[in-house]
Amino acid sequence: MEVERGEVVGIVGHNGSGKSTLLRVIATALRPSAGEGWVFGNHLLRDAIEVRRHVGFLAHAPGLYEDLTATENLIFAARMLGISEDGIAPVLDRVGLGHARNERVRGFSAGMQRRLALARLMMANPGLLLMDEPYNNFDPQGIELVNEVIQDSRRAGGSALVVLHDRRQGEGVLDRVVELGRGAVIGTSAGSSKPLTLVSAGGMPH
Amino acid sequence: MPLAQDLRRVRAIIWKDLTTERRSKAGFNAVAFLGVLILLLFGFALGPDAEALRNAAAGALWLAILFSGVLAFNRSYQLELDGAALEPLLLYPAPRWTIFAGKFAANLLFVLLVEAIVVPVAIILFQVKSVAGWLPAGGVLLLGSIGFVGLGTFYASMASRSRAREVLLPLLLFPMLVPVLLASAEASSALLAGNPMQDAGAWVKLLIAFDVIFVVASFFAFDHVIEV
Amino acid sequence: MSHAVPLERDRASLPATNGRWLDWFGVIAVVALIASQVNGVLTSPPDRDMGHLQKIMYVHVPSAWNAFIAFFVVAIASLLYLWKGQEKHDLLAASAAEVGTLFTGLTLALGSIWGRPTWGVWWTWDPRLTSTAVLFLTFVGYLALRSFVDDSERRAQWSAAVGLLGALNVPIVYMSVKWWRTLHQMQSNPSTVDPEYVIGLRTNGIAVLLLLIYFIMKRYRAARMERLAEHLVERAALEGP
Repeated sequence: MEVERGEVVGIVGHNGSGKSTLLRVIATALRPSAGEGWVFGNHLLRDAIEVRRHVGFLAHAPGLYEDLTATENLIFAARMLGISEDGIAPVLDRVGLGHARNERVRGFSAGMQRRLALARLMMANPGLLLMDEPYNNFDPQGIELVNEVIQDSRRAGGSALVVLHDRRQGEGVLDRVVELGRGAVIGTSAGSSKPLTLVSAGGMPH
Repeated sequence: MPLAQDLRRVRAIIWKDLTTERRSKAGFNAVAFLGVLILLLFGFALGPDAEALRNAAAGALWLAILFSGVLAFNRSYQLELDGAALEPLLLYPAPRWTIFAGKFAANLLFVLLVEAIVVPVAIILFQVKSVAGWLPAGGVLLLGSIGFVGLGTFYASMASRSRAREVLLPLLLFPMLVPVLLASAEASSALLAGNPMQDAGAWVKLLIAFDVIFVVASFFAFDHVIEV
Repeated sequence: MSHAVPLERDRASLPATNGRWLDWFGVIAVVALIASQVNGVLTSPPDRDMGHLQKIMYVHVPSAWNAFIAFFVVAIASLLYLWKGQEKHDLLAASAAEVGTLFTGLTLALGSIWGRPTWGVWWTWDPRLTSTAVLFLTFVGYLALRSFVDDSERRAQWSAAVGLLGALNVPIVYMSVKWWRTLHQMQSNPSTVDPEYVIGLRTNGIAVLLLLIYFIMKRYRAARMERLAEHLVERAALEGP
């Protein structure tokens, strides 16, 4: 399977077909038992740190520190990413959390936490977005935000892999949809079905 | 410069851990009070004869530090596990040693602050008359704490993610700390009894060797255990 | 998901995993042990101070030697696992740890039994015995860790790190306890090696070594079969209904 620059690919499949796992392998959170992948020419196992520079992962769980404020969570992320902290205030405003910037995440609703996680992703501005069912249980403004993030990324030449709960999600944003079954690609909207051994985003695989 | 950026990451982790600890309020006070309580219990168990207490002072002090300090280590990982923040933490383009270094430094500061309370209480409760030198005594305390915290931070990265974590951490950690306990207690004992450094000298060398060996070993091994 | 080289794909297996060869080896080991024990008990004279009690040395000392050999195996196997990631090394380390823990326990029990009539106490904080006790607890911790972790790759990586660090600590613990004892001027222990006992100790040492190897390989075989069965279950689950 290959993903081109500027491409937004949706991934569907039954529960247990390996959608989340695929995303995690590309994000280097998991190691594959077989097969290889490259992200912008960086090998998933050998060049894991480089891969992480180019990849942003949005998981089900927001993964935030509840005793820190929204701003502090983003400060930590900025420092760990090695980027400037100047982008924090604008991105918080963009996701609609400007009013809560100095409040602790412990008091946030689930929707607010997901927006903060989205803000962290936006701030990182990765070349490859990996989103695990971002539309699930999100209010309409949240869904719009997710689409905005994807569109922004595409305009800047980035790509995205979005796991969907069902095909109807992400309409208008996706370029194509890939279906997974039992851990292998079993169908794409283009009709081909190669086994999943190679993933590269834009670069040459070798 | 990549190293400068990595050091920035280490500082960020220290800042995050300490800020969270300060705000959660429960941790530090409880641990420090537990240390004091343990000293009191040792006093009851070993005293009230002043001479017996004085002889037991260094040992009781170090046991109080170990039993109360061990609670700090699992907590340090707990804050990642609670919010499912461990996965995002591991996905930053940061080398793993920065995570270990950050947590190690934060835990060391925590333990040293606990000792700042427990040590004076020990001196009072155990009728310590004089200390041969505050600087060498402080040095021994620091060296022993480094060994304790280094291994504690390492083993907690595993224990905090297993079953029976409260018992697994001490079970793994304490046998490893036998040299630290012996060396620190003996060196402290010599100093608390008013003997000058030469008695404590050999033990200090052992502590330094132990610290170097195991902090380095922990750094290397951390890569393997944090990923999986 | 595992990146470690799983057993089924690992062609280069350790030798002595053929069942019949191993069982014959076991028989030889047991015979050697009986022969050495009988020889030691019958041919060596009673000790000046301890009389025939000294003969317990023929089990206690070889047990101790072999317990340390077992943990040496744990250390090497752990290192190999961390370096190469082949599952078989993890299983070898675990097998050696189990057997080693058993021998260590035996050493401690015999040391205690020997100590009571000799010095009047069940325990003397002797450096060697004390280091053995710490080693025992270190590897009990190792086994506890293995039992509390369900994921096989995680269990293998974690045990390898813990086993290696534990083994690294052994000489340091020994040195610390020795200094600690000399510092407090405890009575020195009677020598356990009069020349007339040396041969007996050595032959028994070798016999127990054969037994150690037999136990470890037997345990390793069982562990391999367990793990291969687990792989089959995993694969069947993946293939799905």
